[in-house]
Amino acid sequence: MRITQGTFSYLPDLTDVEIKAQIQYCLDHEWPISIEYTDDPHPRNVYWDMFGLPMFDIKDPAAIMQTLAECKATFPNHYIRVNGFDRSHGRATTALQFIVNRPAYEPGFYVDRQEVSDRQIRYTIRSYAVDRPVGHRYEEK
Amino acid sequence: MTEPNQNPSGQIDLDAAYRESKIDLLLDELNRDLVGLTPVKTRVREIAALLLIARLRERAGLDAGRLSLHMSFTGNPGTGKTTVAMRMAKILHHLGYVRKGHLVVATRDDLVGQYVGHTAPKTKEMLKKAMGGVLFIDEAYYLYRPENERDYGQEAIEMLLQAMENQRDDFVVILAGYRDRMDTFFQANPGFHSRVAHHLDFPDYSLDELMQIADLMVDLQHYTFDDHSRPAFLEYLERRVLQPHFANARSVRNALDRIKLRQANRLVRQGGSISLAELTRIDDADVRASRVFAGSSDQTSDG
Repeated sequence: MRITQGTFSYLPDLTDVEIKAQIQYCLDHEWPISIEYTDDPHPRNVYWDMFGLPMFDIKDPAAIMQTLAECKATFPNHYIRVNGFDRSHGRATTALQFIVNRPAYEPGFYVDRQEVSDRQIRYTIRSYAVDRPVGHRYEEK
Repeated sequence: MTEPNQNPSGQIDLDAAYRESKIDLLLDELNRDLVGLTPVKTRVREIAALLLIARLRERAGLDAGRLSLHMSFTGNPGTGKTTVAMRMAKILHHLGYVRKGHLVVATRDDLVGQYVGHTAPKTKEMLKKAMGGVLFIDEAYYLYRPENERDYGQEAIEMLLQAMENQRDDFVVILAGYRDRMDTFFQANPGFHSRVAHHLDFPDYSLDELMQIADLMVDLQHYTFDDHSRPAFLEYLERRVLQPHFANARSVRNALDRIKLRQANRLVRQGGSISLAELTRIDDADVRASRVFAGSSDQTSDG
């Protein structure tokens, strides 16, 4: 199941040219970029790991594309996303965030139904991938 | 940018391309704002022409590969190396050679780390900041310390060399420093010498040029020399040039700063009411109070 989230969740995966154009857009607005990765793509997991440091004072998207390439080489089978942070007063929030890399095989989620008192049902969604330890979740078997 | 300047007969209109690039505006600005430096200006003009032709060739489909435009600026202190580097970044951007045209100034401290494994990330960070622009490495020879073979400078040099070769599309590196020490640096690092295509030597200013610089600075800061203070300043320069630690335009600027200080002091002490003209005028006494006039030439202070 193809996981989607963030600004361009409704679009097919962006190409490198498109990613670069989006990064340029962030830099034009003076939003510092950071790159994050995870292998626990649960929709409520907001704490992804940051790759390197947030990139301040960068003028040209080529520098960020280079870091992104390094991140992809290190974590080819992780989810990787790009964040553009708007630090302006009164906003101070992630302004743009999109997935730029995903594992080759995404097993998806299953719904766990827990029956509690009075025949109520509680639903939990779990990723099939998280059965395995961190770092080995999307490895080839 | 715009469509090729090609008429139906296959002729390429050089004049139109030149006008359209607006490069003469930048070069005129360079001529106007910087006094002297004729060899440097000539070289900048040549580089601009080279880039213009390269762009026309590219439009016509004649691919000649990416030009290497890394440069080295050598010259004594205060001869305008940083200023020209800043202009150079603008010109390169204007002609589409670099994408952003900003100047990132780095010294040894910004590139070389203090312990094992510290240098590579630091250098990489600077390289990333300079992407799309110009990386200006001031006093580049400090990167290389032959007396300490475990110095981390060597690591920074290797990364720089690699980036200069592989990422020619992304930035231009300008190395700057004093002539003789840069020569030694290049001899010890032949890799640099072969990757730097343009060596620009910044000559010292003549007395006449220094006075022109002073006039320009005084004018820019809305001060005026009067009929006595201008010759006095020329006399000051004549003496100052012969003293040690003379740093060309920088010394002129420092001298003017101190003259401004004395002028302010004089006015405050004098008190009463003064005219606007008096507020901008530099008096003969403001200049002559300098230590340079005080006597013996063995004084080392920058007074």
